[in-house]
Amino acid sequence: MTNTHRTPTGGTVDRSKTISFTFNGKSYQGHAGDTLASALLANGVHLVGRSFKYHRPRGILSAGSEEPNALIQLERGAHTEPNLRATQIEIYEGLTASSQNAWPSVEFDVGAVNNLFSKIFVAGFYYKTFMHPQSMWMRVYEPIIRRAAGLGKSPQEADPDIYDKMHAHCEVLVVGAGPAGLAAALEAARGGARVILADEQPRFGGSLLGSRGETIDGMPALEWVAKAEAELRSHPEVTLLPRTTVTGYFDHNYLVMAERRTDHLPRGSKPGVSRQRLWKVRAAQVVLATGSHERPLVFADNDRPGVMLAGAARTYVNQFGVLPGRRVVVFTNNDSAYQAALDLHDSGAAVPAIIDLRKSVDGPLARKARAQGIRIITNSAISEVEGGKKVRGVQVQALAADGETVTGPAESIACDLIAMSGGWNPAVHLFSQSMGKLRYDEALAAFVPNLSVQAERSAGACKGSFALPACLAEGAEAGRAALAAAGLDAAEPARVPTAEALEEQPLRPLWIVPGKKPVGQKGKHFVDYQNDVTAADVLLASREGYQSVEHLKRYTTTGMGTDQGKTSNVNALAILAKSLASPIPQVGTTTFRPPYTPLTYGTIAGRDVGELADVARVTPIHAWHVEQGAVFEDVGQWKRPWYFPRGAETMEEAVRRECRAVRTSVGVLDASTLGKIDIQGPDAATFLNRMYTNAWLKLDIGRCRYGVMCKEDGMIMDDGVTTRLGPNHFIMTTTTGNAAKVLDWLEEYLQTEWPELKVYLTSVTEQWSTASIAGPKAREVVAALAPDLDLSAEAFPFMSMKEAVVAGVPARIFRISFTGELSYEINVPSHQALHVWREMMRVGARYDITPYGTETMHVLRAEKGYIIVGQETDGTVTPFDLGMDWIVSKQKKDFVGKRSYARPGAVDDGRKQLVGLLPEDPAFVLQEGAQIVEDADNRTPIPMLGHVTSSYYSETLGRSFALALIKNGTNRLDQAVYAPLDGGRIVKCTVTKPVFFDPEGVRLHG
Amino acid sequence: MLLINCPWCGPRDETEFSYGGEAHRVRPADPSALTDEQWADFLFMRTNPKGAHKERWVHSHGCRRWFNVERHTVTHQILNVYPPASAPQPVQDIEAANGDAAPASSQKGARS
Amino acid sequence: MSTYSVFSLIKNAFSNHQEWDRAWRDAAPKASYDVIVIGGGGHGLATAYYLAKEHGITNVAVIEKGWLGGGNTGRNTTIIRSNYLWDESSALYEKSLKLYEGLSQELNYNIMFSQRGVMNLAHNLHDVREGMRRVNALRLNGIDSEWMTKEQVKEFVPAINIDQNVRYPIMGATLQRRGGTARHDAVAWGYARAASARGVDIIQNCEVTGIRRLGGRVVGVETTKGFIGAKKVGIVTAGHSSVLAAMADFRLPVESHPLQALVSEPVKPILDTVVMSNAVHVYVSQSDKGELVIGAGIDAFHSYGQRGSFHMIEHQMGALLELFPMFSRLRMLRQWGGIVDVCPDASPIIGKTPVENLFINCGWGTGGFKATPGSGWVFAHTIATGQPHALNAPFALDRFTSGNLIDEHGAAAVAH
Repeated sequence: MTNTHRTPTGGTVDRSKTISFTFNGKSYQGHAGDTLASALLANGVHLVGRSFKYHRPRGILSAGSEEPNALIQLERGAHTEPNLRATQIEIYEGLTASSQNAWPSVEFDVGAVNNLFSKIFVAGFYYKTFMHPQSMWMRVYEPIIRRAAGLGKSPQEADPDIYDKMHAHCEVLVVGAGPAGLAAALEAARGGARVILADEQPRFGGSLLGSRGETIDGMPALEWVAKAEAELRSHPEVTLLPRTTVTGYFDHNYLVMAERRTDHLPRGSKPGVSRQRLWKVRAAQVVLATGSHERPLVFADNDRPGVMLAGAARTYVNQFGVLPGRRVVVFTNNDSAYQAALDLHDSGAAVPAIIDLRKSVDGPLARKARAQGIRIITNSAISEVEGGKKVRGVQVQALAADGETVTGPAESIACDLIAMSGGWNPAVHLFSQSMGKLRYDEALAAFVPNLSVQAERSAGACKGSFALPACLAEGAEAGRAALAAAGLDAAEPARVPTAEALEEQPLRPLWIVPGKKPVGQKGKHFVDYQNDVTAADVLLASREGYQSVEHLKRYTTTGMGTDQGKTSNVNALAILAKSLASPIPQVGTTTFRPPYTPLTYGTIAGRDVGELADVARVTPIHAWHVEQGAVFEDVGQWKRPWYFPRGAETMEEAVRRECRAVRTSVGVLDASTLGKIDIQGPDAATFLNRMYTNAWLKLDIGRCRYGVMCKEDGMIMDDGVTTRLGPNHFIMTTTTGNAAKVLDWLEEYLQTEWPELKVYLTSVTEQWSTASIAGPKAREVVAALAPDLDLSAEAFPFMSMKEAVVAGVPARIFRISFTGELSYEINVPSHQALHVWREMMRVGARYDITPYGTETMHVLRAEKGYIIVGQETDGTVTPFDLGMDWIVSKQKKDFVGKRSYARPGAVDDGRKQLVGLLPEDPAFVLQEGAQIVEDADNRTPIPMLGHVTSSYYSETLGRSFALALIKNGTNRLDQAVYAPLDGGRIVKCTVTKPVFFDPEGVRLHG
Repeated sequence: MLLINCPWCGPRDETEFSYGGEAHRVRPADPSALTDEQWADFLFMRTNPKGAHKERWVHSHGCRRWFNVERHTVTHQILNVYPPASAPQPVQDIEAANGDAAPASSQKGARS
Repeated sequence: MSTYSVFSLIKNAFSNHQEWDRAWRDAAPKASYDVIVIGGGGHGLATAYYLAKEHGITNVAVIEKGWLGGGNTGRNTTIIRSNYLWDESSALYEKSLKLYEGLSQELNYNIMFSQRGVMNLAHNLHDVREGMRRVNALRLNGIDSEWMTKEQVKEFVPAINIDQNVRYPIMGATLQRRGGTARHDAVAWGYARAASARGVDIIQNCEVTGIRRLGGRVVGVETTKGFIGAKKVGIVTAGHSSVLAAMADFRLPVESHPLQALVSEPVKPILDTVVMSNAVHVYVSQSDKGELVIGAGIDAFHSYGQRGSFHMIEHQMGALLELFPMFSRLRMLRQWGGIVDVCPDASPIIGKTPVENLFINCGWGTGGFKATPGSGWVFAHTIATGQPHALNAPFALDRFTSGNLIDEHGAAAVAH
């Protein structure tokens, strides 16, 4: 028999649609509109999980996102998800769910043995033990703790679903579509505002969904909701977002929302549709209508399956047509639970008693209950709960005068459900996240919004106004106020929806409900269900001096579970205050941190995963490189050919071949990734003169110069060749990785330090593509490409630039070299670059022109002792350290970085200098990053002289070589130093000058 | 995500901008005349106030102009936005840049 | 002070845990002290503990404006490692790591130090080169460190994705096996309890509002609980160092920035190692409670607001899923921010100030937690003797004048 606890009528579930699902391996049926929790309750299932520490059997406490107990592992395999709340999962055909943290089953859980040790496993017990012997912590104690901890299980496969994001702007964002939120949205929409209305539930209505008998504007509440929704839908500027949780409220009215788009459908049924969507909203005004959370009462064994919040019990019967119990004892300190008693009674449940902590009650609700024949037992408490895996009954005793103990005989009352209410906490989470300041309201015994900081206002229950007429009025008022604050005029007078007011009597806060023995000695008074924190734990922490709210949270873990303490925080705080004999507001409240409810990492990452994790920048020649089978290297965001293996060549073989080609014939490198900055203006030369360390004022037009750029601390930041194209026009090149940084750097100085300079900077990195042709036959190749150009050394010397037509394309040709060979860098507009490249390969074929990659470039430049910024430098290296004194002007009075060279640290004896190293074994290539020491010694620790920055096998030299930064390097020439490698090998090396090939520069000037 | 009112482009998300630290630090006209202490003071020492902070931002992904912002370092509220005295003056009223959330008029402008 | 042990737990169970002592005495301020430590975070409490233990100075007060460990001590991602590049840094952090090994026993407070290994991933040739440089430097300094191929990475961290067809594939990693995590709150509480037991006064909810000086020498502090005299004062107020320095009329080369972190909902063990990646920019470990603890870089702007911008979290999650695609369906439970003092060279300042007998310990940036014991140990030495220990001498404030910076940016892994 299924749906044993479904009422014959009532609720908003679609009884015509039956849905089958599986829980803990057993099949059940529910209806469309059910949550997993309501469907399980409809089938009489209360025991759904086990608690974190003691493995106590746990049932369903709530009907919403505040649920601490009913955490579920949903689905299996790649779709599995841990820790979902049964109270929020909408059932779909074929849903498979299981309990967590229980073995072998939730009915019989071995972990429950922890209960036996619960006297020892008190708050913070682990800080006091597991210390001896020391070695046991990592080997024994901690592995046990880790296995015991955690709730559900992580997926083990990549996520099959996709996620996306939306950016939105609006005048008014309304959070929560209960009566207050709907009223606010209506007023704002009628004024023509762009309105976003978001609610975490699948349907709008909020608290009205679980209500019965309420009327608004003379119609049943849900009819009013439907009408409101229809009107909102008719406004084109209104966006309605059910199943959307506003999770974060950040600075400057920036809010983040998570929309669940397909979670209510069978897995995999919407291919191509994002599963969840992250909304990032900048709202001019925000209306918070986030409702409230009911507080549990803290009484002995208040965690037994069958103990439920009264409001939740009411929701189950009214919204889902489910009787969570057939014989219900209501336990309360306020009027709201009477409504639950009435509705349950009305739906056929027996309500043997309402147990009220208050000394007397005589409100309209109490009178109604009495009229229904429901017995009200005032000034009394449940002192004991009967039943383990399910409530069987309660024992009721009268309260002593001070409420600290119970007294007199206990009366047993059989029941299968305890519907409790300890009052309501306004859901001030988002308000608090917005930096708003809270105030403790004594009458409500709760925190309510006080001072707003951002452009935001609260309305309804989240402001502490629980009565329906107040919710509607405040909502309408907030909507209008938001409209006005956003600068829009209301077109018509406010239409405040009306509802009947119901007088309520004050509640009686009794933060610990006394049991038969002092707290902690019989039964457990749970405060935080999920983390198994009891009132005794709170008192213990307080006794031990953990008296700040944050200490309490951290020491006991209260409020740190997946529910973030929605049901426990105020109870814990109040018990702490009681222990300190301080008023609650003096003890404080904890910070509510985002997110309001957890959201998946997939949602936060959105589409920025996989190949879209970051932009991949490619040059105009990229397709050709791919055709040639290039292996690529990531340099910043760029993909650069690393080497071009032919056939079965290894990397080493390919690099040796490429090097040989450049040194003996001709090679070509795609240098398009180098940063290129176009610099124009009458003060361009002056500007360069200030930014570079060397002199720029007298550079002739058509000539190129190498420059080093330093930061103000004198350390090298970037280098490159800059060419004068005209009197007021330069083109600067930067390293690949630093292009954007250098442009920003230049722009900053121009605008903020020397705004009087007339200079204009433009990045042209992507507009020009660069082919660097190098080798003894380079001239022949260029001549074939640009037959009209005089390439003689006299007409076109080293470090100069010519404009020419290359393969029919206007080009800039720079005669500069990073290989030490005769070399031309041909720059052409990017969209014609591939054509020029192919022509170059065609005409170069007779010289066996060889494409080479970054590795060969590195070898060739290192043979010449040319540095690479970021490899020979690391932010701590000056030009002097690199032996580049020649590039630092002595004449210039000032340039960026100059002053710092006069500091003692820049001239210390112990500075490192760039040198060459020749390993004793010419076949052995040192590891880059190897450290250099003075003696052939393996001891550690050992003082180090420096490290190897670059190291290669040189095809040209027929041996290995390296560059290194070592202390007093220039004074160690021809001396032996040692590199002790991992594994014990010590490599003897001779220190040399850092130039290994053609030191006179004959070839590049040729 | 701060909302920063670029004097030239209007209110834009923080991610369009880059931060440039304390404002109104002027590079010494003649660094060589400074003692090491004075040079270190310029290079490294910062006021780093808890409260109103005059700082520089640049609209990196927009007009690429540098400007000044006075912002509270606890609340993050933007108290004032103003261009450097030497820069071309923006057409829009700087006063409109004040305040926490953008005025509705500029929000609307961002819609199209 | 009663000793914590399984036996004392059992004994107290019989008296319903009514007999436990306070972990630390809640002291009212005396008129004056030999030493006042401003700041009741881990570093300040450790300083007080080592003043008492190593130097016999017990007439000490720790003054905290809020609650102990409420600053970065209680907001960090609990990573402990000593794999820094430069000799000066690795020596200081290694001192700290060595003190961590055995700290639970020394303090008689289980700080849950788990040496589960810290792995720094390499995603490009530059990372590999710098990783090798670091491994070699650490090894020759006698500090454990090793290089791992990508296959070894996968074996050590089975959940990680070493597929080479991703945007930034993993090329290898450095591993420090002795690195790991500890329970951050417990470090503060353990030091507080041990310091208190040695006579140190711990004064919470007491904000320092001024630093009183006489003839260039510190004589005490003005507080919300009145003036308290002191022969020596140490400032250990990460995040607010500049504010305290301003009270003594000097400036620091320090900027305060938000640093954000977050945790997932708890899940059963899935990640046993601390994994860090500089290139894709995220770091992650799994706590003993089962939460994935995740952090990344600092927000660009100055702030004392203990919160940053959400786009930082978005980038961080993209990076996380690049390394661990299987974590996509896990959920962020809680995010928060701390305020970190950032120095221009990403190294701390520990030593004298322009005011006589006033000392400062700040500028730890994102990396203070791992340094807690070592920082306290050298700072106690500096305050007690008036001179820095050899370990913190290179970290003096005057290095910014001389130019002898200890730049842990360029070659540092994620600098924290």
